[in-house]
Amino acid sequence: MAYILIVITAIFVNNIVLSQFLGICPFLGVSKKVESALGMGAAVAFVLTIATIVTYLIQKFVLEPNALEYLQTIAFILVIAALVQMVEIVLKNVNPGLYQALGVFLPLITTNCCILGVAILVAGGTYNAQGLEPDLLTGIIFAFSTAIGFALALTIFAGMREQLAMMNIPMGMQGMPIALVTAGLLAMAFMGFSGVDNGLSKAFGL
Amino acid sequence: MNQIKVFWNGLVKENPTFVLLLGMCPTLGTTSSALNGMSMGLATMAVLIFSNLIISLIKSFIPDMVRIPSYIVVIASLVTILQMVIKAYAPEIDKSLGLFIPLIVVNCIILGRAEAFAAKNDPLSSVTDGVGMGLGFTMALTLLGGVRELLGTGRIFSFGIFPEDYGALVFVLAPGAFIALGYLIAIVNRLKN
Repeated sequence: MAYILIVITAIFVNNIVLSQFLGICPFLGVSKKVESALGMGAAVAFVLTIATIVTYLIQKFVLEPNALEYLQTIAFILVIAALVQMVEIVLKNVNPGLYQALGVFLPLITTNCCILGVAILVAGGTYNAQGLEPDLLTGIIFAFSTAIGFALALTIFAGMREQLAMMNIPMGMQGMPIALVTAGLLAMAFMGFSGVDNGLSKAFGL
Repeated sequence: MNQIKVFWNGLVKENPTFVLLLGMCPTLGTTSSALNGMSMGLATMAVLIFSNLIISLIKSFIPDMVRIPSYIVVIASLVTILQMVIKAYAPEIDKSLGLFIPLIVVNCIILGRAEAFAAKNDPLSSVTDGVGMGLGFTMALTLLGGVRELLGTGRIFSFGIFPEDYGALVFVLAPGAFIALGYLIAIVNRLKN
């Protein structure tokens, strides 16, 4: 049951974009069309899960035994950059269809701060594991549901912006300002989920 | 004269937050108060100045192919040093900024300036550009933090302006960050025209 709670908390209650402010750049940049938002969401889910596994293993088996924790930032960002390149090459050869769909978004992911952010949270065990011991399994579940939360917020926001493009908006508010205010209202809607995690953990008897 | 132009360009004309719209994650995530916004701005400025300086010094030794990875290593090393300094001398800032300090590495302002300015210019103007852009970023973050703190709790830099009961708490929380930044950018757009 705690695993379900991790999923719900990461997707709705502590949504990575709307309440943690990670991954804002793609959230604002790739949200003009629902189609590209879905592509970006899928690419992030894919890379985030793999990156979390790899960085967790590096932290536990390379950095910690050698007392090199202070190299975490450098090591992780290089691993993520290399990983994105590798995923791109592998995908191109193994599954050209998926590569066609995700291709444009993959290089953008290296500088997506939600990847590095989640990798640091999972490696340090400082995320909300709902009373479970933070290990690789809870880390993967947390990372994947965080990515789903990202994709969900991005897709909803893209849908809103598609409608917004047809509206008559005052000059000064056109473009980014109205997008940010819309995102604020969406964040307010997601605030309605706060407290759901406490209620559920009581209902599950945790 | 040229240095002043570079400085002014970073501070006002191409302000990273209000005009270039770069580095949105720390801008929204760390501005729950004016002080938090200012510390984040200063931390980013420190990294930006040194990364601009180092990259403009070593630019002729780096092969074009591995340019971006080398820049990232330089930036990540600087961020690691900064992280240690903040942990040692200002632990309360470390607590309030938390995850956003290591995430300076992926702040697009720093890599963006390295690629767009430091890789093409001499060390002196690169440092000037770092100071200008850094101050522009700090100014924007302090302003946004101040607006959110004032509207949310009635204080600026913890100095009471009006009673806290009249504050709209939503401005300190996540939605207020988006809304306050949206309106600030709209005001800047209006002033520019």
